[in-house]
Amino acid sequence: MAKRSIVPFGPQHPVLPEPVHLDLVLEDETVVGAIPSIGYIHRGLEKLVEKRDFKQYVYIAERVCGICSCGHGMGYCESVEKVMGIEVPRRAEYLRTIWMEMSRVHSHLLWLGLLADAMGFESLFMESWRLREKILDMFDQTAGGRIILSVNCVGGVLKDMDGGMLQGVLHAIEDLEKEMKPVIDTFLEDYTVQSRLKGTGVLSRENAIAMGAVGPTLRASGEAYDVRMLGYAAYNDLSVEPIIESDGDCYARCEVRLREILQSFALIREAIQKIPEGPIAVPVKGNPKGEYFMRIEQPRGEAIYYVKGNGTKYLDRFRLRTPTTSNIPPMVEMLKGCQLADVPLLILTIDPCVSCTER
Amino acid sequence: MDDRNEIKKITMAELFPLVIEMKAKHWRLVQICAVSIEHGYEMSYSFCKNEEYRMVTLRLEIDAEETIASITQIYPCAFLQENEAAELFGVKIQNINPNYHDKLYRIDEVAPFKKKE
Repeated sequence: MAKRSIVPFGPQHPVLPEPVHLDLVLEDETVVGAIPSIGYIHRGLEKLVEKRDFKQYVYIAERVCGICSCGHGMGYCESVEKVMGIEVPRRAEYLRTIWMEMSRVHSHLLWLGLLADAMGFESLFMESWRLREKILDMFDQTAGGRIILSVNCVGGVLKDMDGGMLQGVLHAIEDLEKEMKPVIDTFLEDYTVQSRLKGTGVLSRENAIAMGAVGPTLRASGEAYDVRMLGYAAYNDLSVEPIIESDGDCYARCEVRLREILQSFALIREAIQKIPEGPIAVPVKGNPKGEYFMRIEQPRGEAIYYVKGNGTKYLDRFRLRTPTTSNIPPMVEMLKGCQLADVPLLILTIDPCVSCTER
Repeated sequence: MDDRNEIKKITMAELFPLVIEMKAKHWRLVQICAVSIEHGYEMSYSFCKNEEYRMVTLRLEIDAEETIASITQIYPCAFLQENEAAELFGVKIQNINPNYHDKLYRIDEVAPFKKKE
């Protein structure tokens, strides 16, 4: 009979950029169960909404997490705008979309680097992060910040991109697309990568839905669900289609993200072609009264922004349900049956963001 | 709310039958949110039908001392969000599986998000 043991994994582990702990129940080297625990970086940021003017709170929403910063600012602003019935200028919606897609590329490149590092493929890790730097430079040139962009405000955006800047973005993504080609080929065709990822951590479509998976984790299991299809911001003018794979393994999750990078380039290009002239923000009068559940597609998956206003400048409640909160239960499901050596890689393939999850 | 994002007010007796119905029809659990209101809490359980992008939120109002049953028996993935509501707001939720007993976020203060009298 196999020997049963419990192995603590994390919160500090070379493969984990942020602290998360798992109690792994093993039978010999096979994982038969896992109990996740978080709570090392909880900051109570949702509660601050009761003490900050709803317009000031954008700066806090953006600081929930560095990688998802632009999306959090946008999700919060869009939910408040829905409550207040504010019609955001079309140009502002296009600008939000362009920054959001750049954020997706940035997030996926960061993840690809971490994945390569977890596999011990150092040159691929460095190449992925070298390319990521170019996106950070684009952020710097267009928004003035490399991580926290601070471009969103209730009623629109704070910064515009002039014609020269938009042309610069087009040239940069053209170069980046060319440079991405060998990286994509290596991730998809290299023998070492395939042998580590293929058939590992399979999540069936049924299990993905039952366990509440979102984002690339869900789409890699064959479910065509991408919140951008709802048409918020400028997505209703752009050609968005969910990118899906059907194998549900680590390789499929990697493939979905690689194809999403190329899709983001195409969306940025299309948005730059179609962006209209006009104002970038409207003045905001009054205070929010009412509630709204806003859904947006963050790089890691569907995020929910709930706001409830009482007619004063302080909101009653802001709730952020992040993609990682939804992807932890499916991750536990995926771990069952895998080998102990595959655990770090498998955790990485949901692209966990613990700062967001704990807020 | 728009036509793909609706809120339905329900009673305590309706919660379980409706959640079971959602599960049987393959709705995905999207989120659980607690809000402090006068005399108690407002609990929102959101579900999504992925093919239609439709989201329905079941809204339940409970008194501060009232206990609600966990839905982790029906949706096992609810455990993180139910533990969070219990720890941060002090919502009394019975039979959460697994139950972190107010140690999900490892904080000292009891129910820090609960409205102070």
